[in-house]
Amino acid sequence: MIWNSVSEFWAMGGYGDYVWGSFGVTALFMALEVAQVRYERQQTLQRLRLMQEAQTAALDLPA
Amino acid sequence: MNSQPNFWFRYASPQAFYGLAGRLWPGFAVIATLLGAWGLWLGLFVAPVDFQQGQAYRIIFVHVPASWMSMVIYLAMAFWALLGLTFNTRLSGMMSRALAPTGALFAFLSLWTGALWGKPMWGAWWVWDARLTSELILFFLYLGFIGLTSAIEEPRRSDKAGALLALVGAINVPIIYFSVRWWNTLHQGASVSVTQGSSMAQTMLSAMLLMALSFWMYAIAVALYRVRTLILERERHTHWVTELLSAKETAA
Repeated sequence: MIWNSVSEFWAMGGYGDYVWGSFGVTALFMALEVAQVRYERQQTLQRLRLMQEAQTAALDLPA
Repeated sequence: MNSQPNFWFRYASPQAFYGLAGRLWPGFAVIATLLGAWGLWLGLFVAPVDFQQGQAYRIIFVHVPASWMSMVIYLAMAFWALLGLTFNTRLSGMMSRALAPTGALFAFLSLWTGALWGKPMWGAWWVWDARLTSELILFFLYLGFIGLTSAIEEPRRSDKAGALLALVGAINVPIIYFSVRWWNTLHQGASVSVTQGSSMAQTMLSAMLLMALSFWMYAIAVALYRVRTLILERERHTHWVTELLSAKETAA
């Protein structure tokens, strides 16, 4: 371990803002992208299912 | 009998690839997480301070992997574009499209982390030098590709237009890569070079390579996940998607 204390770790030798600004934004944007692709898939599945139901109803197929 | 050609032909069909991608992405996601955790541990807790740049140099562990991926993903996009234009395969256009947002993200992160590194080291968030400017152009190429392909309604024409843009823009990638050698720039030279090896300490290098591999696996996982949604959308009129949707409905 190279750090003597937690505060020393966060301070990053005075460059804390720059280092954590880099790591933080990278982690945040990657997490947001993961959330976005999952949301998009859910939305697409839902939309396609509704379209399919509408189509089946319009054709009035016997169950 | 060689089964190789058979394999490639089989998975060129969107339906087969949908299944394959669904089986593959979780593995890539797990590997990305593990390598990322290992890389962060080495980079933040094990690697020693840099004698010139102090602790600020640790930005390298996200900056270099993000920059590399922004270029690698563009080349992958151009590869699928070429394949699509040559063989007229349906899947190619969807692969390019699935890669573009992740490439744009990494290009942005490269510029962002670069600015946060440039400020304390050079005293400037941004300079119009060859390396930075060509990376900014790469970011705009991604945005242009996304804009162009989503503006054209008809899938075939949209794929073709996107493929042309991806291929023409690929010229920019070697320009970014060699910019630090071709022009006098403020940006430091390559930290890792094929011909000269590495100029970094072993732990620093290991941490950076682990992070790069992690980002690579992440990009593959996200692109595979995204391409499945694109396949569903494009193939919505086919029998197998209809079946899949109703099967999911009864299961839910």
